[in-house]
Amino acid sequence: MEEQVFTISVYTENNPGLLNRIATIFLKRHINIESLNVSRSEIENVHRFTIVARMTETNVKKLVGQIEKQIEVIKAYYHTDDEIIFHETALYKMASNLLFEQREIQNVIKNSSANIVTVHPDFFVIEKTGRRKDTEALHDQLAPYGIMQFVRSGRISISKTEMKISEKLKNF
Amino acid sequence: MEHPIPKNKTTEIISGAEAVVRALLEEGANLAYGYPGGAIMPIYDELYKYQDQLNHVLTRHEQGAIHAAQGFARVSGKVGVCLATSGPGATNLVTGIADAQIDSTPLVCITGQVASHLLGTDAFQETDVISISAPVTKWNVQVTKAEEIPAAIAKAFYIAKSGRPGPVLIDITKDAQLGQLEYNYEKCTGVRSYEPIPKTSEEAVKAAAELINSAKKPFVIFGQGVILGQAEAAFKAFVEKSGAPAAWTVLGLSALPTDHPLNVGMVGMHGHYGPNKLTNECDVLIAVGMRFDDRVTGSLHTYAKQAKVVHFEIDPAEVDKNVKANVAVLGDCKTSLEMLLPYIDTNNHDAWHNEFKKYHEEELKAVIEPQLKPTKEGLTMGEVINQVNKETNGNAVVVSDVGQHQMFTVRYANFTTTRSNVTSGGLGTMGFALPAAIGAKMGAPEREVVAFIGDGGYQMTCQELGTILQTGAAVKIVVLNNEFLGMVRQWQQLFFDKRYASTTMINPDFIKLAEAYDIKAAKVVKREDLAAAVKEMIASKESYFLEVMIEKEDNVFPMVPTGACVSEVRLS
Ligand SMILES: Cc1ncc(C[n+]2csc(CCOP(=O)(O)OP(=O)(O)O)c2C)c(N)n1
Repeated sequence: MEEQVFTISVYTENNPGLLNRIATIFLKRHINIESLNVSRSEIENVHRFTIVARMTETNVKKLVGQIEKQIEVIKAYYHTDDEIIFHETALYKMASNLLFEQREIQNVIKNSSANIVTVHPDFFVIEKTGRRKDTEALHDQLAPYGIMQFVRSGRISISKTEMKISEKLKNF
Repeated sequence: MEHPIPKNKTTEIISGAEAVVRALLEEGANLAYGYPGGAIMPIYDELYKYQDQLNHVLTRHEQGAIHAAQGFARVSGKVGVCLATSGPGATNLVTGIADAQIDSTPLVCITGQVASHLLGTDAFQETDVISISAPVTKWNVQVTKAEEIPAAIAKAFYIAKSGRPGPVLIDITKDAQLGQLEYNYEKCTGVRSYEPIPKTSEEAVKAAAELINSAKKPFVIFGQGVILGQAEAAFKAFVEKSGAPAAWTVLGLSALPTDHPLNVGMVGMHGHYGPNKLTNECDVLIAVGMRFDDRVTGSLHTYAKQAKVVHFEIDPAEVDKNVKANVAVLGDCKTSLEMLLPYIDTNNHDAWHNEFKKYHEEELKAVIEPQLKPTKEGLTMGEVINQVNKETNGNAVVVSDVGQHQMFTVRYANFTTTRSNVTSGGLGTMGFALPAAIGAKMGAPEREVVAFIGDGGYQMTCQELGTILQTGAAVKIVVLNNEFLGMVRQWQQLFFDKRYASTTMINPDFIKLAEAYDIKAAKVVKREDLAAAVKEMIASKESYFLEVMIEKEDNVFPMVPTGACVSEVRLS
């Protein structure tokens, strides 16, 4: 079976130890976590982990089984890219003088539908939300001007189908 | 001094430490094993006050405490409790926690921790036991406030014993033990994110029955799930009605009596000849409460590929983990087997049973008879175990350590009663048996408890002779002494051209050692002295130590070499 990218969504209780427990499940099987995001979810006091990793479907099934086995995990799902809406956000810190001295940089920003989130006397910050290839393309376009700092968030995703967490919680 | 638990639920102000002890009592735990130290002293102070109600057994090492709690849990079906201090006390528990996790043993481990204001400062005896134990506990939690103690303990007991059991750990900071709380205990009856027992589907049960009824060569493999689910009667009824031959994994042993006509022996690396050979000839493989460990399956690529697989399992994560099931019946196997029974056709499969008999005859001649009726001068482990069978009529709790003697014990010991085989199966922890036997005896005081231990493993935890001395636990200890780390030596002989790297043992005088702890001791060197010595040991009302000198380079067979196919099982 072929390896592919899966987005794993884990709904959990609020327990600081869970991050460790979930990370261990990947580590034990030598599966690299490509990105990880933790946030609140649509339900009060329920957290949501969004984990991106590459593996076979057989393995993702087993992995999700092991994640769900953790006491404070409410439910875990895995999705392929076509089953979800997903984004990452990247921030690019650039020198402010570029804005005035290298006018074409403004076009780069406009054409990639990125935003300038702040401008300081010495630097300004560009924000770009989208797919990996979009934030990567902008990175490549800005690189010749000198990127002072670059960072990209973990993937966040919404599934097209329902996950029915509230229902699940009621049934426990 | 008596401290009766007040029956009415009016709240009182007590310390966190007292709440720990009261909560243990509320959960019916009146026995705990442990070892004190700075960070857990407030709890020990309360144990002193409550000593009439809660018997705390001081072991000689924290590993001894947790293995004793495991032995207790395995024979009694109750939750084992152990306590340790922070830092080294807590880390000394880790081997036992991992052992209990892989063998699904319900335990509540309580560790003391440095005061919460010192957490993260590398304080004296501070260890992050929550992180260390996370991968080997079913659940763990650190408690830093006194008022959180009762709920944490209630949740711990519930999680440890419900569903697929396992060890939990509660780490309690010293300030939480010393702090005051309004005590009010409520048992935990559910955790919202946790479904201990998945619902058994009627459809799956029917599909399973259909496959089983259609089978010409059905083969049952049962594991500890039958024992943990208290499903022995339902399982026996199913096997008898279906007429299917049934083989056990190491941990399934004793769920069905050894002499049951449908019991065909053990599967796996040192399992019986027929069960291993015929795994690859059956048409329907019925797995009950077992998890297809690699020691059971050998190479998965060639494991039972011809068979349709029915898997009765409480833990959804075990389904399709190693062997793909055609029908998975989730749920507690007592429930699912009881649902299954009415759909099962009565059958006997005589011709199929004859195939097992033929292999058994071969194994008898090549392996079993030379073990039990040896013609060579040296004593065999098998004959010692068989002598114990004769004296106990198979009614004893039999504890084994890890190595050749363990495999001989599970192969040759007879069992009439469930929950009687106590051994470290999944982790293979040398040093398990002696403390586990102490716990087993306390879990079933009216029963005979015999531990078979190798000369190597014995020296990993023989400090627990001190616990026997102090408690008077009447365990019978048999050291099968081959002056080798026998199992490793066997592999060196078979796979490393007899290069015996670090497996020869120069041993102390075990008799003197036992006598130093005031334990009656005897040593057998010649076959003619064996029967009388075993008789005397079993007749003893007190603990007894028996050392038997064994043929040095004997091997355990049959054997499925690592990574080989089960049907490549060797008789020599
Ligand atoms: C704690 C631990 N360390 C190492 C091993 C590896 N090991 C498995 S069996 C064995 C030899 C056991 O020797 P002994 O206790 O004398 O029993 P025998 O095999 O001779 O019956 C060893 C070293 C283990 N299982 N557990």
